[in-house]
Amino acid sequence: MDALLTLDDIACARAGMPVLAGVTLALMPGKALILRGPNGSGKTTLLRTIAGLQPALHGRIAGGEDRIAYAGHADGIKHTLSVAENLEFWAGVYGGGSIDAALEAFDLIALQGRAAQSLSAGQKRRLGLARLMVTGRPIWALDEPTVSLDAASVALFAKAVRGHLAGGGAAIMATHIDLGIEADVLDLSGYRAGAPDGAFDRAFDEAFS
Amino acid sequence: MIRLFARDLRLAVRAGGGFGLGLAFFLIVTVLVPFGVGPQSATLAVIAPGILWLGALLACLLSLDRIFALDYEDGSLDLLATAPVPMEGVVAAKALAHWITTGLPLVIAAPILGVLLNLPSGGYLWLIASLALGTPALSFIGTFGAALTVGLKRGGLLLSLLVLPLYIPTLIFGAEVVRRGATGMEAATPLAMLAGITLASVALLPFASAAAIRMNLR
Repeated sequence: MDALLTLDDIACARAGMPVLAGVTLALMPGKALILRGPNGSGKTTLLRTIAGLQPALHGRIAGGEDRIAYAGHADGIKHTLSVAENLEFWAGVYGGGSIDAALEAFDLIALQGRAAQSLSAGQKRRLGLARLMVTGRPIWALDEPTVSLDAASVALFAKAVRGHLAGGGAAIMATHIDLGIEADVLDLSGYRAGAPDGAFDRAFDEAFS
Repeated sequence: MIRLFARDLRLAVRAGGGFGLGLAFFLIVTVLVPFGVGPQSATLAVIAPGILWLGALLACLLSLDRIFALDYEDGSLDLLATAPVPMEGVVAAKALAHWITTGLPLVIAAPILGVLLNLPSGGYLWLIASLALGTPALSFIGTFGAALTVGLKRGGLLLSLLVLPLYIPTLIFGAEVVRRGATGMEAATPLAMLAGITLASVALLPFASAAAIRMNLR
């Protein structure tokens, strides 16, 4: 079976400082990969690179184009729109699927008419995660998805991820807690970029020569 | 893109969306001018085209920083950048929504405010025509400025400094159309120039804005 996403010798930088180098991985359909590492080890940077929000310094990413649903620290929720309106907007952007399954999976049916500004932090997070289900994309790239979720909501999230994996999708996520999902673990502290290996200087020289 | 456009319109008219803010500002500026320069109707008639255009321009400027700043803060911009819509389309949809919520009300209100400034009767048609043709350029140029400053803390002042010089050609030709129209001169040439500025802004600036946003999201 072909990998959904492959990273080949990826190096990436945050604010011009190289943080990761030599990351190579392949994500198979039905598999989840959990990124671990201390704060500042480059989990967010790697996920943003995979999602295409920033270019890699070095290396090649295959399979990522238009197949990744990214969820970062912020949920992208408009406070003056209702829960259903927020989800319907994203469903429309991604081609107009139904939002009912996503509402049900994250226990938002009772809240769907409420304005998003009246939700609690955990409820907002659930709404942000429900967005993943309406995108219909095979790869979920999740950055700390369980922040501000309670135990019951984490269970709902784990169930949603399992459903996604069972449907042939894949997930790559940075998280510190144990979700109870069968997943490979990649510890990023082994891929720390050392002192700039000259790539930055070369780029600098190129820019100003 | 149509969904994004519809969402932006809906957000603008909901509470705290800033709809009508620009219009109220325009109203206050034009009402204040007669207090400042005195009630001589001959003087007012001379400066009316310039004041009306300047007021519309500043009213447009007022709401520019909202175009991307709110989406950047709540993470929507990141998510839109990874969504299957081209960033150029996102920018164009947002600029168009800005024009509908800010520029179009100004076009409609301007003739009423022209009465307050004793604009000669020949100028009204030209006022409406020049604002209708020129304010889209203000929205698209302003969107470009907003894209350049997205992600900067309190970038509003920088945004004004960047955008105001770029508004100069639009202001010159827009006010010239109304001035010529009001004095009975032929006004088609500046109107054509104004239309040219607008068409060029609409055609080119979404690409520049999208590139600026991609840079700022890194």
